[in-house]
Amino acid sequence: MGSKGSAPVPPPRRRIVEVLLGGGLFASFVSFLYPVLRYLVPPAVANLGGDEIVACKLGDLKPNSAKIFRFGSRPGLLLLTPEGEYRALSAVCTHLGCTVQYKNDTHQIWCACHNGLYDLSGRNVSGPPPRSLESFDVHVRGAEVVVSRKRSV
Amino acid sequence: MRLVSKVRGWLDERFGWAELIAPLREKSVPVHKLSYWYFLGGITLFLFGIQVFTGILLLLYYRPSANEAFESVQYIMTRVRFGWLVRSIHSWAANLMILTAFAHMFSVLFLRAYRKPRELTWVSGMILLFLVLGFGFSGYLLPWNTLAFFATKVGTEITAQVPLVGHELMILLRGGEEVTGATLTRFFGFHVALLPGLTTLMILLHLALVQRFGMSVPPRVEAQWKADPSKAREMKFFPNFLLREMMAWYIALGVLGALAAIAPWELGTKADPFGAAPAGIRPEWYFMFMFQTLKFIPSKIWRVDGEVLGILVFGLAGVVWVLLPFFEGKREKRGPRMLLGAGVFALCYIVAMTVYGYVAK
Amino acid sequence: MALVICVFTGTSHAQTANTCLDCHGALDPPLQVTEAQFSQDIHSQKGLTCASCHGGDPTKADMDAMNKSAGFRGKIERSQVPALCGRCHSDGTFMRQYNPGLRTDQLSQYQTSVHGKLFAKGDTKVAVCTDCHGVHDLRAPSDAASRVHPLNVAKTCARCHADASYMKGYSIPTDQFAKYSTSVHHEAMVVRGDLSAPTCTTCHGNHGAAPPGVDSVRNVCSNCHVFQAQMYEKSTHKAAFQSAGLPGCVVCHSNHGVTHPTDARLGTGSQAICMQCHTPGDECDKARAEMLAGLTNLSEAIKGADQVVGVAESSGMEVSEARLQQDQARDSLTKARVTIHSFQRALVDQDIQAGLKIAAQDLQAGRDALAEREYRRRGLGYALVFILLTVVGLFLYIRQNERESAKS
Repeated sequence: MGSKGSAPVPPPRRRIVEVLLGGGLFASFVSFLYPVLRYLVPPAVANLGGDEIVACKLGDLKPNSAKIFRFGSRPGLLLLTPEGEYRALSAVCTHLGCTVQYKNDTHQIWCACHNGLYDLSGRNVSGPPPRSLESFDVHVRGAEVVVSRKRSV
Repeated sequence: MRLVSKVRGWLDERFGWAELIAPLREKSVPVHKLSYWYFLGGITLFLFGIQVFTGILLLLYYRPSANEAFESVQYIMTRVRFGWLVRSIHSWAANLMILTAFAHMFSVLFLRAYRKPRELTWVSGMILLFLVLGFGFSGYLLPWNTLAFFATKVGTEITAQVPLVGHELMILLRGGEEVTGATLTRFFGFHVALLPGLTTLMILLHLALVQRFGMSVPPRVEAQWKADPSKAREMKFFPNFLLREMMAWYIALGVLGALAAIAPWELGTKADPFGAAPAGIRPEWYFMFMFQTLKFIPSKIWRVDGEVLGILVFGLAGVVWVLLPFFEGKREKRGPRMLLGAGVFALCYIVAMTVYGYVAK
Repeated sequence: MALVICVFTGTSHAQTANTCLDCHGALDPPLQVTEAQFSQDIHSQKGLTCASCHGGDPTKADMDAMNKSAGFRGKIERSQVPALCGRCHSDGTFMRQYNPGLRTDQLSQYQTSVHGKLFAKGDTKVAVCTDCHGVHDLRAPSDAASRVHPLNVAKTCARCHADASYMKGYSIPTDQFAKYSTSVHHEAMVVRGDLSAPTCTTCHGNHGAAPPGVDSVRNVCSNCHVFQAQMYEKSTHKAAFQSAGLPGCVVCHSNHGVTHPTDARLGTGSQAICMQCHTPGDECDKARAEMLAGLTNLSEAIKGADQVVGVAESSGMEVSEARLQQDQARDSLTKARVTIHSFQRALVDQDIQAGLKIAAQDLQAGRDALAEREYRRRGLGYALVFILLTVVGLFLYIRQNERESAKS
């Protein structure tokens, strides 16, 4: 590697090349390392909720009310019955796909588009909807209300 | 550089470092017009290294269950910082690696580097090629999107056509009768444990053999050098060839980065096992030539089922290809010409079938 | 000759003895009733025979079966059909043996219908039971092959009502089926397969078929279109239409040819509906223009956001969240179009504003995605520059080293 005795000052040409190579190596390594290091840091949101998601915190919902939450790529409906039980269903109406809502006077789930009605288990009771709403499992974990898909293959 | 010599001295005192690496210092690479083809093997190894590195990074966030796989890849692409970069590099490098592996195999064939004493190097290389294709097939399913699901369904269905053991083979691959979450788990195990383990062993063997025999020189160049020894040129591996290889690897890295940023790998839609297969389902490009061939074969040839015949032919071709060097025999001219012809035919066939598969409706 | 044929074709019905089919299966129309045909009939499946309606003795062979003393009636005249069917179908005790859930008011309903009223006056051209339900292969309405299955009802009605020469002498148009075939209701039923979509009987009734009165049109439509009806009830148009004797919803939407309404109806062009009554320049015209402007605004905003998000998506950016939000923006647009029926621009504006907010958010999300794309490309640019520097450095280093070793 050119060790013919110690050269006092390397010729300028050699310096340039060394600087270019060393600098380029260093800079490119940094440009590789920086993304990797940032990648290793977990993001703020724990997961995208394809299987399971925290729909809300305990106390967010009052009895006899409901809220829409995102589950995977479709909306879901989380409701708290007057008796204090949590239910979670798909909020996509089985007729033409409108988003359903909870009616706290009749305790039914209603679709405003064509007056479809479901009971609190998601069964279609009147109007055009041909099928029940898909239902999900709800668990209370600590102070969070967690919605997950029903166990299937 | 003083630090380097200090470290070297430390190692030498304990391990006899200088003695250990002495043969490596002597290693040389022949230089001739076709030397550039020597880079292909190294680039394939480099891409494998990239795959291992990005693969480990992906493992930190990926979830191998049918319910969560797609969402976890979506999470990597959208929420994890630079996740899109890691995943796209992984997908692009996979395809590039298969391409360079094939190119490396064909260049070895046409430069006749498989000749004695390098027959086993060829065999180990062919095994590596099959392992790499296995990586491609198993990895493709992992995002659990519609295209991958149905491509896997079709691909594993074809294995069921193998006579006698086909059905059992398919069940082994699928982890059941159908493609389900069990298939995903199984493919994940293949992709991150079984195949990497086997591949690492094979790579070590392959490299050891390459070191043992040195680089082969193409016969024509060999003849030239024999006639006029002054023409023979070579360069040392350390540092000359290695530096050039570093250049090639760096350029490959740049290409990968550009591909990842400008043409990111798409995610598709989540697989629905009960949904209908989308129109025009087809495998990844590296399986296209086999797929297209099977489509061409009539459903029955004499009494034999067309697909079974196709699979047997490809199986036979695979076995012949692994044992190619042994077919050359003692004949000076005919053997090599036969193999060259087979190589040209294979290359043209693969390219033509692949192009046709994409162009035809 | 007929006798010989009867003797040699020895088919008999599976359940109860029904020798009538032995001969009548081999005869030509109109006397032909085959076993294949009659086995599809729900009456036959419940154990009834030819004699249940025609009388006679089904156990006797040949012409003995058509015995007047056994009650044989021969061909049933059209004028006798409703009474004959009603003999069983209006008898609750009798029908309970077969299907306790089946209604038994068909005959009394029929008598309130236009068909029934004309029939009572002696008109036998009007529909009687067998015209709609069929006769010897009568199927349950839930059977897809039945003439009164929801998918087939319109065609069955059209057999008479679209036949101009048959309907001569009656003062009603014959274009209903043609118009209905262009409607969204028909499309929902036939193309989308939505059996809950309205067909003729949904609005006119089946046995008690009559057009809804002018004042009751909105009641009929409101069975499904609840929101629109509620808004209309509270609007100025209700009182105005009622006092003018106009049939509510039908004024703007027509009755049979209900096509998909477009925003252009609020405009001033060829499809303009409002301007057919209102004077240009008055308050209503201004309100109409405002509502149209709002809808157009929102529709454009959604399209704009869609476009930006689409560009981001095609360059590989992940925008599923924005796409989901766009669905909500579109819901707002739909809601605004429903609120038109209140004819109050303030209410419509509320929905428009909500939708605009969401569309603006999505546009921003799309723009953010594009900015992220630029950031990535910039980062790539820097990295490529460093890589290039390194490669050039390597190249020069190699050249330099090899020059030196060549010298030495």
